[in-house]
Amino acid sequence: MVMIRVPDVTRYRAPAVFLHWASALLIFCAFPVGLYMVGLRLSPWKLKLYSYHKWIGVTVFLLLLARIAWRVSHAPPPLPASVPAWERHLAGATHLVLYLLLLAIPLTGWLFSSAAGFQTVYLGIIPLPDLLPKDKMLADLLRFVHMFLNYSLAALVALHAAAALKHHFLDRDAVLARMVPGLKPRNPA
Amino acid sequence: MKVTSRVLALAALVAAAPAGAVEYGKVLPEKSEIRFVSRQMNVPVEGSFRKFDVQLSFDPAKPESGSTRITVHLAGIDAGSDEANAEARTKGWFDTPRFPTATFASTRVKPLGPNRYEVAGTLTIKGRSRDVVAPVSFRQDGANAVLEGSFVVKRLQFAIGEGPWSDVETVADDVQVRFRVTASPVK
Repeated sequence: MVMIRVPDVTRYRAPAVFLHWASALLIFCAFPVGLYMVGLRLSPWKLKLYSYHKWIGVTVFLLLLARIAWRVSHAPPPLPASVPAWERHLAGATHLVLYLLLLAIPLTGWLFSSAAGFQTVYLGIIPLPDLLPKDKMLADLLRFVHMFLNYSLAALVALHAAAALKHHFLDRDAVLARMVPGLKPRNPA
Repeated sequence: MKVTSRVLALAALVAAAPAGAVEYGKVLPEKSEIRFVSRQMNVPVEGSFRKFDVQLSFDPAKPESGSTRITVHLAGIDAGSDEANAEARTKGWFDTPRFPTATFASTRVKPLGPNRYEVAGTLTIKGRSRDVVAPVSFRQDGANAVLEGSFVVKRLQFAIGEGPWSDVETVADDVQVRFRVTASPVK
């Protein structure tokens, strides 16, 4: 007898789950590091944090490219039939904007760094090209845009997480379980 | 061997020297610059010294008798950002209230080949003096002489960046200094 492992189509596949949670973990590091480092007095510690922050950002960007490639080649598991249309639309729009922010935030960070006169050297090894010349006004603008997009991301991530928890604990459906290994939907009340 | 190479170098110099020796000595500040590149977390960061005086005496026909004295006013440093400029003036870095200037005084000029020389001298920063050697190239720009070169300063030899800043993993010890001095002939 031949054992065939049939993939569970009600859950996200392992690569998608890994990419999602790896990105989440990195963002949960980069965001507070970014908030903290900007207020520091110049020190070796500050220079290190700026570099780590940039390296994390580049990594999130690379993971995002992998996620987009995976997403366009693999349909996500369907939402439970109980999910109403307005929630499907809102979820779809939220996911799209989350993807756009995860593209735009590292890009604006990189451009801001260039405009401020500091090249980004990924992991201290791979120099990224400076797409912009050093320009203080442009740097100030890009810093604001980078910050604004980050607060937008924080708000959307809060909505995204709240929706997942609502589905799991209030609706008691399988939405969150699709993305959490080992998690089972709670029995309907 | 050594004699031959010297003769060759001399011949090259004679060939390169313009007809009728010209002595250059009037430095044009707006066409001169001193820049440096430090590495912070392996990121090259450009900076410059915006205020400096150069005394120069250089005759391509008699390079060995050339000499220079460069005085850099350290408060005019551009270290890449406003916060770095403020930090660079503090006690741990250049300590500009106590040591407002850095100086380079040449001790010897040696021809290396056509329009190329080696300038040795004493670099004094923050009260510490070290011998440095820099290759310098010469070219003519109209009636002016353009002298360019670079050398590496080991910042910790001059106590530039003390305390936590002495960590060379964060800010490398080697700082590349590049200079260009443009001088017109003295009458």
